[in-house]
Amino acid sequence: MIDFQGYGPRLLEGALLTLELAVLSLLLAVVLGLVTASARLSRLAILRLPAIIYTVIIRGVPDLVLMLLLFYGAQIGINQLTDMIYDRWGWDIFINVDPFVAGVITIGLIFGAYMAETFRGAFLAVDRGQVEAAESFGMSNWLLFRRIRFPLMMRHALPGLGNNWMVLLKTTALVSIIGLSDMVRVAAEATRATHQTFLFMIPVALGYLAITSLSEIGMQWLKKRYNAGFEEEH
Amino acid sequence: MADASIPLIVSDIHKRFGDNEVLKGISLEARKGDVITLIGASGSGKSTFLRCMNLLERPDSGDIIVHGEPISFRQTRRGREPADRSQLERIRTRLSMVFQGFNLWAHMTLIANVIEAPVHVRGIPRARAMEQGMALLERVGLADRAHYYPAQLSGGQQQRGAIARALAMEPEVMLFDEPTSALDPELVGDVLKVMRELADEGRTMIVVTHEMDFARDVSNQVVYLHQGMVEEKGHPSEVLGNPSSARLRQFLAPRGR
Repeated sequence: MIDFQGYGPRLLEGALLTLELAVLSLLLAVVLGLVTASARLSRLAILRLPAIIYTVIIRGVPDLVLMLLLFYGAQIGINQLTDMIYDRWGWDIFINVDPFVAGVITIGLIFGAYMAETFRGAFLAVDRGQVEAAESFGMSNWLLFRRIRFPLMMRHALPGLGNNWMVLLKTTALVSIIGLSDMVRVAAEATRATHQTFLFMIPVALGYLAITSLSEIGMQWLKKRYNAGFEEEH
Repeated sequence: MADASIPLIVSDIHKRFGDNEVLKGISLEARKGDVITLIGASGSGKSTFLRCMNLLERPDSGDIIVHGEPISFRQTRRGREPADRSQLERIRTRLSMVFQGFNLWAHMTLIANVIEAPVHVRGIPRARAMEQGMALLERVGLADRAHYYPAQLSGGQQQRGAIARALAMEPEVMLFDEPTSALDPELVGDVLKVMRELADEGRTMIVVTHEMDFARDVSNQVVYLHQGMVEEKGHPSEVLGNPSSARLRQFLAPRGR
């Protein structure tokens, strides 16, 4: 057994935090991505414009900068708001930005923009005739989305989705700068204290690799589900 | 109020795409049991006209009245749109369309295609929809293909499946948009046979087609469109047997003289 010099449990906790952060951010990113992609494909300019601004800004600014901006910026913004409320109404409210929540929101927001592009391309690849058939049978927009457009779109989105997930997972390492004890931060601390870089960093690398390898199983399942009916084409 | 016993009245439909006016005021009335074929050269507007009936295309003006109920419209900046989405959905369930490109949902098996709208749009219990769906597949000769995906079926099978899907809605009017144009010649016969049987059992059908034999033998009304207008219409024996318009005579003349 390898001796982690007392850092073993904290490393495990860090790994768990990384996983939680990644999964929750992914959920947020997928929802944001679907909404943004739908908005960008809308006929209404008032929906298209904010979606374009969102994807252009987020994809054009480094993740690290966004993380710092959102974490510290959000706290300052909230403080100013609560100060204003105090000045005007005398209510003393204190809201602290929770680093975990801030991390999920930041990463979700960043990857929502990438997901939006993935979904947009995938929605455009859906056969127009099959959508028309659904319309012609009186399907509501929501039913059409749920039963026809979304499952047909997913087949085209899966490769990009898998790719985004891998990058997202690795981006969670950035949360250590806003004070979250993910596995990278724990390992960095341990390395500083013990000067044994390999002892801590190699398990961390393997930890990421384990998560990505496991997600490959999930990807295969999704592929099987959304490629049903299309095997003949390949 | 229009006569509620008439399944579909379409009156004075105008439609333009940009500068191109493709429909210049066309009307049509489908009484119960009518089989109306729309014929004309490509670009005559016959498919667009058919697609206006269930609002896959939005007509710029004109009325569509299903069993006495006119579809309500409102003017928006983007043009004339249906005013009441739920009315549109309800009316669409009464008009089933069969497309040139079949348009079966590729991610569902044939039987799943057939029961999809009955279960999710009309709210029919799944077990009953399955039973009816299998009976319909039996009718179109595809009972043994129920659990195949569209990509595993030939074009003719897909189109017969699409007809079963349309029938499953128990529509009052069936709209066929060039149902055999995308098929290999040897597969056309099976699809036409199914359509003849539907006509024989008294279904109300509006069919855009190039199949003159079908128009002659099956329909009780032929409408010949030319450049977005009705050039001639009437019983097939008159319209096809003794056309008065020179253009229609030319259209009907055997090709490759």
